[in-house]
Amino acid sequence: MTSSSALADLSLDRSDDGVSGPPLVRFENVYKIYGDGESQVRALDGVSFEIKSGEFVAVMGASGSGKSTTMNMLGCLDVPTRGQYFFRGIDVATLSSDQLALLRRYFLGFVFQGFNLLARTSALENLELPLIYQRLDKATRRRRAMEALDTVGLLGREHHTPAELSGGQQQRVAIARAIVTRPSLLLADEPTGNLDSARSHEIMQLLANLNKEHGLTVVLVTHEDDIAAYAHRRLEFRDGKIIGETDVQHAA
Amino acid sequence: MIGNTLIMALNEIRRNILRSGLTVLGIVIGVAAVIIIVTLGSGTTAQVGSEISKMGSNMLTLMPGGNRRMGGAAGSSPPFEMADVEALRREVPDIAAIAPYAQRTAQVIAGNENRQSNVVGTTGEFIIVRNWNLTSGRTFTLAEEQSGKAVCIVGSTIQTDMFPGQDPIGASIRVGKISCEVIGVLESKGQVMFGGDQDLVVALPIRTYQRRLAGSDRIPQIFISAFTPEGLGPLKEEVTNVMRERRRVPEGEESNFNVLDMTEVSEVMESTIGVMTTFLSAIAGVSLLVGGIGIMNIMLVSVTERTREIGIRLAIGATEQEVMMQFLVEAAMLSAFGGFAGIVIGLAGAAAVAPAINVPFVFEPFTAFLAFAFSAIVGVVFGYMPARRAARLNPIEALRHE
Repeated sequence: MTSSSALADLSLDRSDDGVSGPPLVRFENVYKIYGDGESQVRALDGVSFEIKSGEFVAVMGASGSGKSTTMNMLGCLDVPTRGQYFFRGIDVATLSSDQLALLRRYFLGFVFQGFNLLARTSALENLELPLIYQRLDKATRRRRAMEALDTVGLLGREHHTPAELSGGQQQRVAIARAIVTRPSLLLADEPTGNLDSARSHEIMQLLANLNKEHGLTVVLVTHEDDIAAYAHRRLEFRDGKIIGETDVQHAA
Repeated sequence: MIGNTLIMALNEIRRNILRSGLTVLGIVIGVAAVIIIVTLGSGTTAQVGSEISKMGSNMLTLMPGGNRRMGGAAGSSPPFEMADVEALRREVPDIAAIAPYAQRTAQVIAGNENRQSNVVGTTGEFIIVRNWNLTSGRTFTLAEEQSGKAVCIVGSTIQTDMFPGQDPIGASIRVGKISCEVIGVLESKGQVMFGGDQDLVVALPIRTYQRRLAGSDRIPQIFISAFTPEGLGPLKEEVTNVMRERRRVPEGEESNFNVLDMTEVSEVMESTIGVMTTFLSAIAGVSLLVGGIGIMNIMLVSVTERTREIGIRLAIGATEQEVMMQFLVEAAMLSAFGGFAGIVIGLAGAAAVAPAINVPFVFEPFTAFLAFAFSAIVGVVFGYMPARRAARLNPIEALRHE
């Protein structure tokens, strides 16, 4: 098990997430190229941007615009073909797959369109899963999971399995699972894509609160204007490039 | 983490209890078969040991042939004669009892009943050497032996089959072409190893046997007993010396006969049973292999089914190693459960079968442990490939998997 040595390299200290240090996320002329020759596809075609700690950013664009690739890269699930991605000042391309796993374990939280909870597994167990990988003891896991459930307003539903919860409730459990590890960055990939409009706004309100009250950095992928409106800043993608950056801070 | 991995594996097995059960069926059957075979094998070995000690643990068997083992090239060495028996009796005072032994199969007829039976040519001391009591009647007299009188002693099977509810003493039976009078009945020895019936036997005085049934003076075996088990060693040496002299074996040359004591006979028997047990276990072991492939197959299906779950685990920070470990532990646990079930079923089966085939039930904990360990290893070996496949999944694609 290489986790302890790899961990030392990654520095678990979150104090430098603040505005004073390097930006939480920095893309520097990032390319992601699939295939070669005639059939070459440039999913990302020289993208540069920064996200500071505490921001709420919406990544927008049509399908195939490069927003999903950007999201995967932000989530350390994918690495650039060319260019550099710095997460907390670390060049992600230099990390091993085990170290990437540790970055995800300690610093990143994911919320997906399809919820992606473990089926036939209670909400509580779903929340404990990432904490098991963090090697926390059972009592701590239980306490943190209950806290997270409280934060998303699902206290009392801890023993329900996903099948016994509504779509909105499932997404709340998924958000709780993403924040239970106290990540530096929450990545939400079309989190309202499977929900009706009322539920969508509840979920967005929850994310906005997490950002505002807990200082959680949130990156949201969406193609709906009213959903993106909850963010402070928008990055518009088309054909693998950023075509527009709008600061909507005033709107919030 | 290890505890959690075990709990996760356990939960996963429990969630798919029917499928898990069917998956390990191959392992269960394989282990059960091995346990039954080994248990019955050791039971048979123990029984052979006690059979042989029943035959007389202070008995020697004299056989022609230079081979040290039973069933050697007896044909090349001359057989014994009655004169050898008489010389041994005369020259070796440590002999407690001595009996020649010639044997063949012949038809035995009494009234309307007829049986293919073992017919033995021997002397009156046979029942002493072989530690075999009479339930009624008497053994041969010296006069009957020397004159070759047509009298016989019958085994208990002959009595119960041909004279049900009657005392056969004094009755006349036909053995091959000769008609003889029954003078004694042997007590039952019970079923003997390898299915032969020891009690289906008729004994004739050796001379009667030689002249009227076999038509030759050959004596293929001589049984000799010592007064005590401790006397067996010295007796063996004395018998060897006398026989070497009588058969004119030059100094330094190998004897053209064997003097086997019963421990040697039982060793041969036990090694034969051992070979059979190993052979049958190997066949049963093939089922373990097949069972392992079954586990691999189901684990591969499971990895495909749980692709999305694997994606989630990788996304929330599981390392490849941890995902691999999870599947490996699951496979090992599955097949260890199978092994355990196999041991229980095997022991129950052996306990049920043993009395039916007249073999004692002997539990061997080491074999049980070995079977359990082996089945767990089967799980690890066959779980490795599916586990590695799970660990190497691309999380992005795994999360997109429907």
